[in-house]
Amino acid sequence: MHGDTMNDGADQNARLNAAQRSFDWLGRSAVSGLEELGRHGALVGESVYWIVMGRRMGQSVRIGAIFSEMMEIGVRAIGIIGLMAAAIGAMLAIQGIYSLKIFGAEGHVVVGVAFSMVREFAPLITGILVAGRSGSALAARIGTMKINQELDALEVMGINPVRFLVVPSLLASMIMVPTLTFMSMALGLWAAGTYVNVELGISLAAFMDQTIDVLTVDDLLHGLGKSLIFGILIALIGVINGFLVKGGAEGVGKATTRSVVQCISAIVVTDMLFALVATL
Amino acid sequence: MSSSETQAETPAPAVIEVRDLVTHYGTRQILNGVSVDIVEGEIMVIMGGSGSGKSTFLRHLMALQRPTSGTIKILGQNVWALSQKDLFNLRKKLGVTFQGGALFSSMTVGENIMLPLYEHTKLDRMTMEIMARMKLEVVDLAGFEELMPSELSGGMIKRAAVARAIVMDPRILFFDEPSAGLDPVVSSQLDDMILRLRDAMGMTICVVTHELESAFKIADRVTVLDKGDVLFVGTVAELKSHPSERIQNLLNRRSEEAEIDADEYLRRLTGDKLEAEGMPR
Repeated sequence: MHGDTMNDGADQNARLNAAQRSFDWLGRSAVSGLEELGRHGALVGESVYWIVMGRRMGQSVRIGAIFSEMMEIGVRAIGIIGLMAAAIGAMLAIQGIYSLKIFGAEGHVVVGVAFSMVREFAPLITGILVAGRSGSALAARIGTMKINQELDALEVMGINPVRFLVVPSLLASMIMVPTLTFMSMALGLWAAGTYVNVELGISLAAFMDQTIDVLTVDDLLHGLGKSLIFGILIALIGVINGFLVKGGAEGVGKATTRSVVQCISAIVVTDMLFALVATL
Repeated sequence: MSSSETQAETPAPAVIEVRDLVTHYGTRQILNGVSVDIVEGEIMVIMGGSGSGKSTFLRHLMALQRPTSGTIKILGQNVWALSQKDLFNLRKKLGVTFQGGALFSSMTVGENIMLPLYEHTKLDRMTMEIMARMKLEVVDLAGFEELMPSELSGGMIKRAAVARAIVMDPRILFFDEPSAGLDPVVSSQLDDMILRLRDAMGMTICVVTHELESAFKIADRVTVLDKGDVLFVGTVAELKSHPSERIQNLLNRRSEEAEIDADEYLRRLTGDKLEAEGMPR
């Protein structure tokens, strides 16, 4: 009898401990999430401060550094993003014709392709590819600079690391991701039009005319607006993961992986929220 | 009256004044009220064993880390009371050579050295290149401007880092473990260079090191830190003849580990973990 009571007590304690641990985990996760959000906010604030106040502080943002980042983030990614956008455009046309054939409505494939490419796939594929290419590179570069004390060196030379490293990357990303997205839209639609021309005999010019008729400026702004947010997210997540690197080479590796995973997750979730808000 | 007598009567002003500096990492106290003056034109060597707080102390002097309490005045300015702009301006008068050199790996040696000029002056490119070449000559690296840091040896990286640190003609130069990772010959060459910089350019130099030989060679005065306290401040001769057992242990490289009792050893290993978990320390 006495033993049973003791067992009950132990079970109750174990249950309490498990509940306590769960709450503990939940609390820590919430705090860490808020902390991460706060860092993003602080970094945006500091970046805006340096863009606006840099000249007055005698530390203006270098235009050359922005162009150099634009080359790295944008121009060097044109090939792979163009190829992926064309492949997705063609894929949308193939799947669209296949599905619409069931209803004998394959002639309307242009509607599906135009909306999907401009509103959804072009920003998404561009964001994901830039995240994999530049978000990770940004985290690795800043992380390596941190463990080599290069960030400290900048600070003691009187050069603010946010102004010197973050602002050019952020601005370049904000310019190049929408630009690349626009290119993806055009290439995706061109590839889809080419396939439709071969499959259904609709000329590329007719396909493009129909596309322009179907799409509105709002659709274009929907895609480009999303890509602007993706550009900001990629730069911020890459930079923050770089700044948070601890330890040696292993820390840089972890930060790089974390950066890619966070960037892609943030892009997909933002995409969904954006679509939800924009279609309400 | 000779000029040397006049100098002896008027002591050089302190360019760095540290008062009651206290620092914590979490709940652990690293510096326990450190007070040190570094006077103009001297080479002050900060020494101490591992965990003595010397690297943390240097980070405070470089204004990279805010202390828990205490004041640091550099060139008469209270570092942590300065506006961001004034702190930037103060930093232009400081030069730092980091342990690993901290050269920017994406830039050539010449670009590394020109960076402070590029950021803080309106000089044209050719003038900056001439200045970079002059500073490289000071550190015996003339002609290495176009090389990348990855193409230099350890000693060359340190010297290139010195060239970058002195390009703005700073009044105070900091060295973090200049001899670390270098062979004795290269290390001795670096010591000679530090002495040359003091003599030729009149800089105040603060060196953090645990290399006794190097410290004895270059130091005008030595500060010995031990477990966050200042154990000694004085000349090399005074240090060598100091009666303190702790100092003699440090000078003769005798370990103090044997003197630590089991509880203290456990506390050092576990740090604040036990305390955080509510266990007695």
